[in-house]
Amino acid sequence: MPEIADPEIADPEIADPEIADAEILAECAGVSRVFGRFTAVDGVDLAVGSGEVVGLLGANGAGKTTLIRMLLGLLPVSAGSVRLFGQPPSRASRRRVGYLPQGLGLYDDLTIAENLAFSRAVFAGAGTGPDLPDSLRRYVTVAVRDLPLGVARRAAFAQVLAHAPDLLLLDEPTSGVDPLARARLWETISQAAADGAGVIVTTHNMEEAEECTRLVVLAGGRVVAAGTAVQIVGPARTAVVRAADWPAALRRLETAGLRAVLAGTGVAGAGLAGTALAGTALRVPGRPDAEVAAALGDLPASVTTEPATLEECFFELAAGG
Amino acid sequence: MTGPAGGDRSATWWGAEAVSVSFGGLRALDQVSVAVRPGQVTAVVGGDGAGKTTLLRCIAGALAVAGGAVRRPGAQRIGYLPPGTGVYDDLSVAENLEFRSAVFGMKGAAAREGGWGGGWEVGEYLERTGLAAARERLTGQLSGGMRRKLGVIAAMLPEPELLVLDEPTTGVDPVSRADLWWLIARAAAGGAAVLMSTTYLDEAARAAHVLVLDAGRTLAEGTPAEIVASVPGTIVVVPSRPDGEDERRRAWRRAGTWRVWQPASQAAKQAASQAAEQGAVGVPAKEVTPDLQDAVCVAALRAELDGADA
Repeated sequence: MPEIADPEIADPEIADPEIADAEILAECAGVSRVFGRFTAVDGVDLAVGSGEVVGLLGANGAGKTTLIRMLLGLLPVSAGSVRLFGQPPSRASRRRVGYLPQGLGLYDDLTIAENLAFSRAVFAGAGTGPDLPDSLRRYVTVAVRDLPLGVARRAAFAQVLAHAPDLLLLDEPTSGVDPLARARLWETISQAAADGAGVIVTTHNMEEAEECTRLVVLAGGRVVAAGTAVQIVGPARTAVVRAADWPAALRRLETAGLRAVLAGTGVAGAGLAGTALAGTALRVPGRPDAEVAAALGDLPASVTTEPATLEECFFELAAGG
Repeated sequence: MTGPAGGDRSATWWGAEAVSVSFGGLRALDQVSVAVRPGQVTAVVGGDGAGKTTLLRCIAGALAVAGGAVRRPGAQRIGYLPPGTGVYDDLSVAENLEFRSAVFGMKGAAAREGGWGGGWEVGEYLERTGLAAARERLTGQLSGGMRRKLGVIAAMLPEPELLVLDEPTTGVDPVSRADLWWLIARAAAGGAAVLMSTTYLDEAARAAHVLVLDAGRTLAEGTPAEIVASVPGTIVVVPSRPDGEDERRRAWRRAGTWRVWQPASQAAKQAASQAAEQGAVGVPAKEVTPDLQDAVCVAALRAELDGADA
């Protein structure tokens, strides 16, 4: 089985030939940030062009938030340089940025209409974004604290887009939203990119990573992989065990020191009934299938390999960071 | 499917039968049923406000139902992780576990008679999930992921027959998420009936049984394979957003392309595929085999369209 994350494929230098053609909106060059003895961000290169959606992935403490704060100009760099629209971050450049924090950034005791009016006044002259979507009109007179979270999230999107920003920084923008509502929020994000904005989005949700033009994976403050999801996963494969008595299979794998992940019967489960592939699946990332089969011994189980998932590759990358 | 407990215990199930709950004038749950079987993970999926927390509270015994029935073991045989972390922030990790053990009448962290630990002890759970080094630290100083892991371990302490976990992985980074799923797998492998809620469909796909809730009602229910097989009509992929108003309402974005649900009726199907092709001249619409994410989006679209027509 090939090793995960071929460094040639994951190399940020060669991962994205298209970016040269797009207007660079935000750029980090060798950016580091040190807090006391702790290096939160360590020599990060990152560029976002017009029309791009760049996904920033990383475990907690990987440096995502620190990087975003430096991009916003809220935190000075310890080394390297940050440029927004070709200039160091400034009051003027910040007017062209839309920032959606995890906490949504709305005033709880104002209505959606008041939040928008306030934001438009603050950003006066910066530009005019799309009108309020129809789905929010019936809520405009309700205080934000009384809104369902899904509605508040859409309102926060509307506010972030209200001054037609050229660069969007979105911190876990779809957390806690159902799948259809999440797809609708991504319609909004992709429309902004199609209209020429550049987008940087952090997420813990690997399903969302497939919506991004490009991904940058941070671990220990450094960029450990960059490219499309397909490039980052590369040819890696994962051993998959299927067994009717999956608890017994789990025990044997554990005893052999192999970390197995419960993967369920899967959507193909019904079609496998009565075949050698029936049963609940366990995935064992990063280990050869022969080792997995040996660990199972005489237990009735099938061992196959399937393409690795982005999450499995992320895990290997995060561990190596 | 039977866990190691096997045999007669597999005939047991816990859960809800046609449960309804109202808060004031608002119907939080409307005739919702779910079966949670020993040795299996059952996932409840939905966005904020779908009714997940209310359902889990009913099944855990923390909330009375207005209609229907709940099946659950005795209170001492239920492990429950409430929304949030379910731990005391001003106690250390060790103190949280000691306190919880005392509540369940356990000596120290010893497993109770008839439990399912299978030789696994709390110390090993802490070790495997990276909490061992934090034993003496105040829980409030730990990261959200660490606190959530501690909450799940605390809920697993009595080796309960029914383990109810309210969004154990929401907002948690992928590394802690993997640890949490390892704990969930251990509990189910030990024979516990595990009921967990989540907003992530890739997690629901790992469960043996899935319930999809929306605004307090059941959108879909069954094994992941059954939910996918129950999608009526077809789903096609088109490269850009369809132009027609009717098709737009049945379309959603996924992975840089658009999916359009075509209801089973032939007339609608033709109209939709024509419109889809018009929307992207020269690129024909391609039918796809749905996965759980597609199936849940279609179920939500149908509810939305039914609501709009009513």
